[in-house]
Amino acid sequence: MEGRRAAFWLGVRALLPMHLGVMPFGVIYGIVALQSGIPPLAAVLMSSIVFAGSAQFLIAQLVGVGAPALLMVGAAGLVNLRHALYSASVAPVLEHLPMRWKLLLSYFLTDEAYAAAIPHLLAEPRSPFAHWILLGAGFALWAGWQVATLIGVLLGAGLPNDWSLDFALPLTFIALVVPLLTDRRRVAVALVAAGSAVLFAGLPYKLGLFCAALGALLLAGLWPGRPAR
Amino acid sequence: MNLWFVLATAGLITFATRLSFIAMSGRYRPPSWFVAILPYVPIAALTALIAPDLLLVAGQLSLGLDNPRFWAGLVAIAVAVWRRNILLTIGCGFAVLWGMQWLV
Repeated sequence: MEGRRAAFWLGVRALLPMHLGVMPFGVIYGIVALQSGIPPLAAVLMSSIVFAGSAQFLIAQLVGVGAPALLMVGAAGLVNLRHALYSASVAPVLEHLPMRWKLLLSYFLTDEAYAAAIPHLLAEPRSPFAHWILLGAGFALWAGWQVATLIGVLLGAGLPNDWSLDFALPLTFIALVVPLLTDRRRVAVALVAAGSAVLFAGLPYKLGLFCAALGALLLAGLWPGRPAR
Repeated sequence: MNLWFVLATAGLITFATRLSFIAMSGRYRPPSWFVAILPYVPIAALTALIAPDLLLVAGQLSLGLDNPRFWAGLVAIAVAVWRRNILLTIGCGFAVLWGMQWLV
């Protein structure tokens, strides 16, 4: 019991700094959704039903311009393709769990929860409580996202947005990724991912991000020598 | 009604994407080359996610003083190499960002 609780709170604590960036993002989503003509109830529930920031923004924008429903669904699917990479990445750690755990943790598998939990999962993949870390991070993000959406929908525009708080997200991700760069192959993977993400940034629906990540992973696979675990 | 269809379908697709490999784990053994690159997924995906935030301004590569996010990111990387402290990294990054926004 002690181990579970400690792992859960480890995940919550790893995620908390990201709220500095997530909360303003969620508030802005709420505002944008209302401005696009999405009813308040649907705007709030979208944060639970879809629970994916960039896809929700995209849907709100497309509703605003009156795009067809199938286009919206397809666009949201493309934007979220990167989550398949996260799914592959955590799958070995969750392999032994019953299906209800796999379903629950898949629902919580966002950019932020993945980023917060993965350094711990890589460090101790055999820990019997590893999945509680992901649950803690996922739940903490979910709760903050719901509150932020609600604030955005209730307060609407008029909130100050000149502090660049969204920058807390890239900064947190830097703090999480840099310690993973332990050899030349890993540094090369990061450099190629960054370079190709910039190169492909013009592609729609965040496909540039997905292609850049795949390209960098290809390099990781082809790099001479055996991969050091 | 159309909107609720979009929400339900987009939610299902998102969930299915996140579930994909997790659901298959334990039933199917992935090839060894696939398993060998998995440890690189966080580096590749998370770097690709944030790099455009740091390097692009309005879609153009910008490494000058007009892009404080690039310099703040560089300082944050240096701090993260020096100390593995998330809050210190965030604090130093924001100090550079706000300082440059104020000065430049």
